[in-house]
This record gives sequence, C-alpha cells and structure tokens, in this order.
Amino acid sequence: MISFKNIHKRFGKLIVLDNLNLEVDKGGVFAILGPNGSGKTTLIKSLLGMVIPDKGEILYNGEDILKQWEYRNNLNYLPQIANFPANLTVTELVEMVKNLRPSKTNEKELIELFGLTPFLKQKLGNLSGGTKQKVNIVLAFMFDSDLIILDEPTTGLDPIALIYLKELIQKEKAKGKTILITSHIMSFVEEMSDEIVFLLDGKIYFKGTIEAIKKQTESATLDVAIANLIKKQYA
Amino acid sequence: MLKILKYSIFDLLRSRWSYVYFSFYLMLGFVLLFLNNDMNKAIITLMNIVIVLTPLIGTIFGVMYYYQSKEFTELLLAQPIKRSKIFMGQYLGVALSLTLSLVLGLGIPFVFYGLFKSAVIFDFSLLLLVGAFLNFIFVALSYNISLSTDNKIKGFGYAILMWLFLAVIYDGLFLISLVLFNEYPLDKISLAATMFNPIDLSRILILLKLDISALLGYTGAVFKDFFGTSLGMVSSLSILTLWVGLPVYRIIYKSRKKDF
Repeated sequence: MISFKNIHKRFGKLIVLDNLNLEVDKGGVFAILGPNGSGKTTLIKSLLGMVIPDKGEILYNGEDILKQWEYRNNLNYLPQIANFPANLTVTELVEMVKNLRPSKTNEKELIELFGLTPFLKQKLGNLSGGTKQKVNIVLAFMFDSDLIILDEPTTGLDPIALIYLKELIQKEKAKGKTILITSHIMSFVEEMSDEIVFLLDGKIYFKGTIEAIKKQTESATLDVAIANLIKKQYA
Repeated sequence: MLKILKYSIFDLLRSRWSYVYFSFYLMLGFVLLFLNNDMNKAIITLMNIVIVLTPLIGTIFGVMYYYQSKEFTELLLAQPIKRSKIFMGQYLGVALSLTLSLVLGLGIPFVFYGLFKSAVIFDFSLLLLVGAFLNFIFVALSYNISLSTDNKIKGFGYAILMWLFLAVIYDGLFLISLVLFNEYPLDKISLAATMFNPIDLSRILILLKLDISALLGYTGAVFKDFFGTSLGMVSSLSILTLWVGLPVYRIIYKSRKKDF
C-alpha cells in the first residue's frame, strides 16, 4: 500500500533518513519505533508531504505522491503537538476542517465518546492540554480514510480517554484500515500493534512482529527487546 | 484558498489586537479632525503617521501570525490542500484584516466629518490606498522573513530590523550620501534609491497628489521633475505593485520547498 524507495533526507549536516526502503501492506497496525532523533517523525512527515525528501520516491496505492496533494483525501493524521488558533471555538474548528475536506464524517459520535460536548462553545486557547489532544483525536478520526497516521497519540490523555482511543484504533483496524503509530510507551505499542518497524540512524533496523523481535533479541518483554536493539548498535 | 482566507480573517477579527489597532485609528481620526478643523492638515498629519505605523504593524502582525499559527499550518498541510493556497490564504487574511482596521478606523471619523461633501475625498482615498499597499508589502516581507527563519526570536528581530532600516536608517544613509556626494549629479541615483524603498515611494506618491512642493523634499522634487505629477503617480503605483508582487512570489516559491 505504501512504499518508500531510497528515501534520503538531510537537515544541514545531519542525515536523518539514509537510503531508507520500507513497504507497508494494507490492513493492520504498524508501530514505528526508534530512539529520539532516529527519523520517525521525518519519515511520517515525508509521507504526508510536509517534509520533502532530497532523493527517492514514495508510492501510495501505486502512485508517486511527492508534490501532490489529492492523495491526502485518503489519509488522516494526528500531529504530535495539538495547537490550534486560540480564537476559534471547538465547533468552528471542526466545521472548518470538514469544510476543507467535503466527505462523510462521524464527529458527533467521537465528540460524545470523548466527552467534549461541554467544551464545544469554548475557545481553543482556553482548553487544557489533554482536552486539546482529544479535539486532535476527533479531527484525526472523523474522516473515513484507508490510512491513519498517529504521531504520539497518547500524550496528555487521562486513563479513560486512553481506553477509548485504544478501542477506536481496534475498531478502525477491524474495518481493514492501515494505521501507523509512533509512540514511546511500549505497553501501548505491545497492546496495539501487529508489526514493528524499528528505525535507527535513518535506516530500517528491524521490521517484523513483536514475537520476532523478542526472539531475535532474546528478551521477555518488548521494552527490553527495544533497549537491547539500541544497546547492540552502540556496543 | 478562500476557505483558509475566511478563517484567517475570522480568527484575526476576534483577536484583541485587531480592535486595539482599529480603535487607535478611530481615535486618531476623530482627534485630528475635530481639534484641527481642517481636513487637509489632518490628511498630511495622518500621512506621516500611516507611512511609518502601517509598515510597523504589518511587520509585527505578519511575523506574529506566522509563528503563532505554525502548528495549525501543520494541521492544514496534512489536509488535501495545495501548499501555496494555505500560505496565500493566511497572507491575504492578515493583510486584509489590517487593511480593514485602517480603512474603517480612519474612514468612520472622516465620513462623520463630511468627507463625501468635501473636495479632499480623492486625497483621502489615496491615503487609504497607500496604507493598504504598505500593509500588503510589509506583511509579505515579514512572511518572507518568518518562512526563512525557524527561530521565532530571530525572525522577530530580523523583521523589526527590516522595518527600522526601511523606515529610518535608509533615509539617514541616503541623506548622508547626498551630502557627501553633492558635487556629483545625483538625481538619477536618488530616483533609484526612492524606488527601492516602499515607504519613501508612498510618501512621494501622496505628496504628489496633495501637490505640496514644500514637503516634497529633494527626492520628491526629482521625482516630480522626472515623471511629472500624473506619470509620477502611475509609475510609483506600479512600483508599489511590484513591491507586493515580488515578495508574494517568493512566499509561494519558498513555501513549496520548505520542510515542516
């Protein structure tokens, strides 16, 4: 469904993605893991067209997406930091995003699920971090797209909202959608994902199931396995 | 693009600062008119204020809006919209809402005072037109600066320096060079120097229309001499258009290549 071919990106002297090749098949939850600065967000952002790679091509459903924008009709994105125009209310923001993207939405259900109804008339600048993240989640899940990209989705969420988020991801997965997640919370990754992509120094260091990574590193849990992978590289 | 524009304006029209800016012009207009009791004098005083203040406010608002809405821009970038449309929408939103504050803030007192029955209606419209031009120019310039500078503080610093340079330092350097090289023929050089500064250009444009030779100064006199009044106005207006066009082109070009 998605293929990255020889992607190369540098910021100044720093090489962030180094001839990276990756294939993601349709359906399932893929976790993109790696230490800080390993290129996770850059990889996601080049798929979104927010970062423009120096070399290489990215295919989405067989079409080259670099410098295109129409393909974004068929993907949803949850950014890492939720910061919205302070003077708009929640309703206005939701209406605006809907307006920009005229397709079927189910925001009412999501707003109710995350208990956002009392905040609808409030300005975004007055909301707490966690509430903003909930709005962010509503915006990311309200469209029906084949691909959902979640960059650190758990930030600032209370335990109940976290449970709802997990249910939401499971539900979308059951519909046969492809979901890409980055997270530093290993228990969350272990619970949600079918496959793991481990990035290190701008390259794919490991790709496979959680079982496979545990076996390869001879670890009992995922966080130990990931720690072992990073340690091996520095040894 | 119109959708982005609509929401940018909407967002800005709710910001407190738009109203502060609007009320400042409103008060200024009323005070000048009703204390002075002379529309012509009021326009000249306003010109001196508008020419310095609109660039400053345009610069500050442009930089502030860009950095403030950065995360939101990222949200928009992930939506199915062309990049250039996002940035053009935001740019026009800032420039138009500032122009609205200017036109309404100064327009209301002048209309109350009986602008439509007076002879200075064209002078006044020209003042507003020039103010609008300066808004569009300086918001575009500040957008250029902030697109090229990721560090907020640096971006702010560069933008203020740009304003300071064009509004104050440029004239100073220009005067010094006129004094230093006064034995050489300077009219062509001063003509060119004026064109490279939108603030000077706007001042001359208004003074040409007001036809006050005493205030024209050296550059204005050279300008009038070279172009004559009507051709001078047409050419200065077209150069001002260029001053809008070139930075806007660079916004589109730069935004196409930038990483977010």
